[in-house]
Amino acid sequence: MAFLTLIKRDLRLAIRGGIGSLMAVVFFIVSATLFPLGVGPESALLERIAPGVLWVCALLASMLSLNHLFQDDYDDGSLEVIILGPLPLELVTIAKVLAHWISTSLPLIVITPVLAILLNLDMSGFPTLMYSLLLGTPILSLIGSIGASLTLGTRRGGILVSLLVLPIYVPVLIFATGAIEGAIFGFGESANLLILAAALVASLVLAPWASAAALRMAVE
Amino acid sequence: MTEKKQGAKLQLHFLANPGRFVRFSKNLFPWLVLVALTFIISALVLGLGVVPEDYRQGDAYRIIFIHVPASWMGLMIYVIIALAAAAGFIWRHPLADLIAKSSAPIGASFTLISLVTGSFWGAPMWGTWWVWDARVTSMLILFFLYLGYIALSNAYDDPTKGARASGILALVGIVNIPIIKFSVDWWNTLHQPATISKFDRPSMDSSMIAPLLLMILGFVAYYLVVLIIRLRAEIADRRIRNLRMIQVDQHNMSA
Repeated sequence: MAFLTLIKRDLRLAIRGGIGSLMAVVFFIVSATLFPLGVGPESALLERIAPGVLWVCALLASMLSLNHLFQDDYDDGSLEVIILGPLPLELVTIAKVLAHWISTSLPLIVITPVLAILLNLDMSGFPTLMYSLLLGTPILSLIGSIGASLTLGTRRGGILVSLLVLPIYVPVLIFATGAIEGAIFGFGESANLLILAAALVASLVLAPWASAAALRMAVE
Repeated sequence: MTEKKQGAKLQLHFLANPGRFVRFSKNLFPWLVLVALTFIISALVLGLGVVPEDYRQGDAYRIIFIHVPASWMGLMIYVIIALAAAAGFIWRHPLADLIAKSSAPIGASFTLISLVTGSFWGAPMWGTWWVWDARVTSMLILFFLYLGYIALSNAYDDPTKGARASGILALVGIVNIPIIKFSVDWWNTLHQPATISKFDRPSMDSSMIAPLLLMILGFVAYYLVVLIIRLRAEIADRRIRNLRMIQVDQHNMSA
């Protein structure tokens, strides 16, 4: 019950935040559009780099929005109140990450088909692209929550989060783009997608634990 | 039974007192410097001068005597940091946090040396300064892990909190290292370049193993030397912080 209340609260805050919560989507669109402008409009080249570019831009956009996961609540003191509440801190983390994912990554996933067309993605890879985003972006949010909670007590924590989570994002990126290219070139996407699913389950268990430990440390 | 347990506990906590550690290390330090200098210099002399040149690569392969030990040190020190962080969490041993924080720049430097010497080796051998080989990419990500760790442990005003936070990061990273290695392996075989891969290491002639081992031991001794220097600096730094805080306290109380 408290779990759902927390999710609803965070979603309401995100909606009332207005255009600010859509900054990640805007960044995604802008960065994905800059690539053809940078490397030239040759369609064969764009088709070759499309899966990687889409995923890198989605990853960066997701990383940018991590700061708002805990920082706003920490700044006005409501994080301490939530921690003192009835919900175990690990579930608090899952609730906040879920709300963050719904408000930030879902719009990103919705806009992806448009960008896939812009980048001339081979359409045989399209379903796998969507599956990889649906499996991968929650992983990015969960791992990002570890980074966000670790940098709560520091100054200039925003830049630091990117450096912290980048090495752990790399395998997710590799498996996701591997799956899409497997679908496009015909050597199968199920292996990589299954590994992504396993990573999602593992991070769903382990990331809240690490985040909760960091949160406890930040507010004491 | 209880006596044995007490003995082990005594050993673990023997060096927990920073003052005692500084005194203990004063005796050990000159010997470690001597060991480090001897091994490194003898390894360099043997490796650069004495050992015969490789039949395929000529003299250029000699950088292996710096490159391979540096890579091993980079990996070993990261494991040490993770173990020290775990010890800090489990037993709250004060020296464990200090060891983790002090080792990180040393490990990052060794990893950087490994990347740079590997690049120097690759330029004449493979005709390219950089290549996205699985091993090379894994070392690059390890370097970023080190940088993140150093940045986080220095980002906190309170050093204990900094040690806790970066300890969590180190443990998350250690879980991730096999995953990184595994995924980058897959990624590399997925995007296999058209040319034949020249990255397999030939089995080494026994005469070449001696300088390699000597250099590894020399690097370990060097790591311990620099670790002790950094630990003493950290301990002194904390003493200064405490003294300053006492000073501010007294100033506030008298004002």
